[in-house]
Amino acid sequence: MTWNNNVEITGALVKEHGLSDDESALIYEILGRAPTLTELGIFSVMWSEHCSYKSSKLHLKTLPTTGDHVIHGPGENAGVIDIGDGQAAIFKMESHNHPSYIEPYQGAATGVGGILRDVFTMGARPVANMNALRFGEASHPKTRHLLSGVVEGIGGYGNCVGVPTVGGETNFHSSYNGNILVNAMTVGLADQDKIFLSAASGIGNPVVYVGSKTGRDGIHGATMASAEFTEESEDKRPTVQVGDPFTEKLLIEACLELMSTDMIVAIQDMGAAGLTSSSVEMASGGGVGFDFNLDMVPQREEGMTPYEMMLSESQERMLIILKPGREADAKKIFDKWDLDFAVIGIITDTGKLTLSFKGEIVADIPTQPLADNSPEYDRPWVQPVPKDELLTSGVAAPDDYNEALLKMIGSEHLCSRSWIWQQYDSQVMADTIQMPGGDAAVVRVHGTDKALAISTDCSPRYCFADPVTGGMHAVVETYRNISAVGAEPLAITDCLNFGNPERPEIMGQFVGCIQGMKKACEVLEYPVVSGNVSLYNETNGTGIHPTPAIGGVGLLKDSSKMVTISPQAEGEVIMLIGETKGHLGASIYIDVMEGREEGAPPAIDLELEKKHGEFVRSQIDKSNIAACHDVSDGGLIIALSEMAMTSGLGMNLRFNNQKVPMHAYVFGEDQGRYIISVKPENADMLKAAAKDANVVIENLGTVTGKNFIVAGLVDLSVEKIKECHGKWMSDYMA
Amino acid sequence: MKSAVLMFPASNCDRDMVVALTKITGTKPEIIWHNDSTIPDVDLIALPGGFSFGDYLRAGAMAARSPAVKAVIEHANRGGKLIGICNGFQVLTETGLLPGALMRNASLKFICKDALLKVENNQTSFTNAYAKDQLITVPAAHHDGNYFADEKVLGQLEDNDQVIFRYVDDQGRATDTANLNGSRHNIAGIMNRQGNVLGMMPHPERHIEDVQGGTDGLAFFESIINSLNS
Repeated sequence: MTWNNNVEITGALVKEHGLSDDESALIYEILGRAPTLTELGIFSVMWSEHCSYKSSKLHLKTLPTTGDHVIHGPGENAGVIDIGDGQAAIFKMESHNHPSYIEPYQGAATGVGGILRDVFTMGARPVANMNALRFGEASHPKTRHLLSGVVEGIGGYGNCVGVPTVGGETNFHSSYNGNILVNAMTVGLADQDKIFLSAASGIGNPVVYVGSKTGRDGIHGATMASAEFTEESEDKRPTVQVGDPFTEKLLIEACLELMSTDMIVAIQDMGAAGLTSSSVEMASGGGVGFDFNLDMVPQREEGMTPYEMMLSESQERMLIILKPGREADAKKIFDKWDLDFAVIGIITDTGKLTLSFKGEIVADIPTQPLADNSPEYDRPWVQPVPKDELLTSGVAAPDDYNEALLKMIGSEHLCSRSWIWQQYDSQVMADTIQMPGGDAAVVRVHGTDKALAISTDCSPRYCFADPVTGGMHAVVETYRNISAVGAEPLAITDCLNFGNPERPEIMGQFVGCIQGMKKACEVLEYPVVSGNVSLYNETNGTGIHPTPAIGGVGLLKDSSKMVTISPQAEGEVIMLIGETKGHLGASIYIDVMEGREEGAPPAIDLELEKKHGEFVRSQIDKSNIAACHDVSDGGLIIALSEMAMTSGLGMNLRFNNQKVPMHAYVFGEDQGRYIISVKPENADMLKAAAKDANVVIENLGTVTGKNFIVAGLVDLSVEKIKECHGKWMSDYMA
Repeated sequence: MKSAVLMFPASNCDRDMVVALTKITGTKPEIIWHNDSTIPDVDLIALPGGFSFGDYLRAGAMAARSPAVKAVIEHANRGGKLIGICNGFQVLTETGLLPGALMRNASLKFICKDALLKVENNQTSFTNAYAKDQLITVPAAHHDGNYFADEKVLGQLEDNDQVIFRYVDDQGRATDTANLNGSRHNIAGIMNRQGNVLGMMPHPERHIEDVQGGTDGLAFFESIINSLNS
């Protein structure tokens, strides 16, 4: 199909662009006439679910987004928080689900590229990449191919641009068989007085296009991301963009060099919906108009039409408003880095986006209604009903705890992810001080004693069983992981992946998760500063598990106080903070041992989470704790054995459990718990401090020898557990 | 010691190298841009890690033809010290200053992992602060680190003690399992015959502080200072 501007706008064409009758009528009203084809394309991408958040924004507005540390909340390219000393951390997480399913390497790679641009466009040097990945079940024929391609794509891009990929999470579940999730997060650092925003200003100021040339790739990517998958989705392969990390690296350096001068008025990356969304957001944000001469747009292919140029999602491009007269100075920087630099237009006072091409006006749209009058839907939704509690009496105890531990730790849910991490350069920039495999990744703030702790989390099986608790849990899990390294959790970004919002039960899952997140953010004083929504994650009518992935960021004021999950020496005392009630509903135990996914997730007491988090952090800050690990997937024994594997040291433990069936105690996933390892001389002091803080704490045993021993239950060499832990994924991918 | 770091488009370990050299020599190295045809008079030039020119064509191939590298080759031919780490090593083999080539890792995957290395020869400008046969831990992160040379060249490297670092197990044995990337003779780093040019895949500049997980990289840089002072 050619996208010639001189075609008649028919009902069929409007429908093909994913616009409803009401939306079409609104376009006629805004323009006072029929749109041209280019205009129709622009409206369709701007009003796509992906760009307009039309189904979600009503509910997103309820999330807490302010706080002492928040400098810029949602609405900018990324969230900005204060980390002291005039410095800021800038971060966001974003999905690239549909492209990654169709073309895993390029889909994942460009996902990383896109989120990097969201962060450096604000003036930050990216310092850490994270990700949250969900694949179908291991037995699904596509899973190996997708896992392999996605991991290679993330590595291929991140390694080349020289930003360390420091951690993430990976789940397998059949609900993702036809719709994997690839969520990428970038964290950057900037000086607070050097933060760049996107609102354009200054009538007559030049609008400059920099970066790669525009090709025909990715046209309608945003529209694809706003529709369900079907058998024919493979045909959409041409809508997947192709990444060039080499150009991205040059673009980062060139933009940061330009940002160190005073030439920039505003800057915006070209992400989803490319030149269209970047220009509309900049113009409407500043209440101005843009006049573009599309003949000036650097083009990779011959004969490109205005429609194609405006909708292309070619990667590694930015739009910049310069101060008047600075074009030549700015161009020098981009010449040095061998990047295209073209003045494609100027700012006007018309409030319109006016596009000319070969001497003709091909589009003339008022930007304010295009950006602000995008539809907002209150989609029908039903309050989700949590699954019934699972009775522990209905769950069998293992015949042999040694075997059960090995089976659990060797399962795809709990096994080592080192096959993945080793493909990511986690150390480039030489500031990574906690590598993948711990509770949170920790990256030093270059040249200071401070460090950022970062964690991405979500347990979709909890969200499916009870969206409210699941949403709460995802937030709390990052809070615990960040606390466990000794950092103060400051703020989160979210990446909300759900099915088709036009189905009330899916919309109910979305609303439920938001309700849970909201409560957790409020009590923990842990606001949302940026995020992304990905809906229509369905294939042939079957939705994914609700997956609100959360990326948390915390601050360690003194990075020398950081702890890891690894006990430091024999003789240390192992203690458990928090109460163990033996909750097995929606647990890994019933999944791995019984192949069931039943029951409600464990309840969360937010005040208790806060108290325990504060206690752990204060004791780490006083250097009273040698190692710390939160208890999560798989329960107490999994957390303990993970600590033993990391240190290579054994443990001699005894569980003083009288209250609940032993297998529930051992594998239950009760919340609010941490395991700490403490020098023997600090043990009594720590107990007293816990008592003063009204925190439940108990001794479990000591660090000793080479075997992992729980009296009467488990006696295995740490080496054996390690071997089992390391086996599944490398065998699966071999 | 005066030093300089050469930057190519998409070098990405240049800052790490600058930090390490500044810390160890007390003086900030100069930066050479790939398009510069003249370079400053320094004792040591470092070619850093990264993906120069995107690793397009072949890792290091295009960088090896840049104007600054011509001047770097002259520096080496005058006996100036020259090190290439990771992508820098790839560039050095592409220039012919060091023999052999770096192919795709045997696993065909990028590998980021702490590598255990044996210091095979400590009588060099780059290793005199290590003990002979010392085992050191140095982070590796590369896709194309699989060292290849034909039997004749390998024989010469071995005979002349030009193999400086080898991937080994914790007993110091150059086993297949310890061989991170499939390199011939488990080679992680080599030196030219004259002893002034060294290339290695692992990154000593990433292990100079305890907080980075180790400090075995320090002695590498200290050795260079020693050699200049002796």
